[in-house]
Amino acid sequence: MSDAASAQLETFLQRVPYVRFLGMQAELAGDEMTAILPFAPHLVGNTYLQALHGGVIGAFLEVTALAQLSVAQPSARVHKTIDITIEYLRPGRALTSYARADLRKVGRRIANVHVEAWQDDRSQPFAALRGHFLLSGDG
Amino acid sequence: MAEVPPIVREMAQNMTTSVPQAIALGLRFVSVSPARGSLEVPWREDLVGDPDTGVIAGGVVNSLLDHTCGLACAAAAGTEPFSTATLDLRIDYMRPAAPRAGVVAEAHCYKITRTVAFVRAEAWDADRSDLIATAQAAFVVNRPRPDSAS
Repeated sequence: MSDAASAQLETFLQRVPYVRFLGMQAELAGDEMTAILPFAPHLVGNTYLQALHGGVIGAFLEVTALAQLSVAQPSARVHKTIDITIEYLRPGRALTSYARADLRKVGRRIANVHVEAWQDDRSQPFAALRGHFLLSGDG
Repeated sequence: MAEVPPIVREMAQNMTTSVPQAIALGLRFVSVSPARGSLEVPWREDLVGDPDTGVIAGGVVNSLLDHTCGLACAAAAGTEPFSTATLDLRIDYMRPAAPRAGVVAEAHCYKITRTVAFVRAEAWDADRSDLIATAQAAFVVNRPRPDSAS
């Protein structure tokens, strides 16, 4: 399970050009994934505060949900986002960001996923996402 | 189309040339008018989210919509200095963009108070009547305190 899951995750991260554009990585502990986004200058949305762009934060959370789904629901094709709501709790500072996805419900076609992101303190999340995803059915 | 003050137009145009993430994505300024703004992102190989089809990533559309909503806030806030922070952003993805297609977004700040701005946005690839995504966002508006202005 763990080897297959990590191969699935590695494939997802390597195959998607936009994941490389972000510079996003991930680590697996069993079937739980931690997504990692090292800080990089091209991710900044506010140079005055050196804060991450809101769109980058949303994208990081969305890709985290998709990556966790690729581990839980292996498929040759990428699952598709239906809708997402992103809540911004604090500025994303010029630090490495982490995120974990919670698959609240995985049905036959639709999954409901919550994601939370933090930086240096796990108990102080800076952003969260709730979303629905359409599962590719060829797994 | 109604005009915005020159200082607002200048700031709007700077939003694609001075923000690192906007530069990295290759965002382009399209237009600005009172409480409205439009930006586009041309397709690029490294922005693809689905390698099987060459469709641009949802994350790119996310940044484009967020940035265009910020532009609409700027176009609604008048000429006094202010900054914004996103409170929440909801995006509905109606369909994927066409393979190898760029995306255009337009946002409308339909209500702004001293402290909060409410914005809707739409994104499409080729045809405005066939949307790929819609967004609804709320922003905190930080303006200088009245007592510190005098």
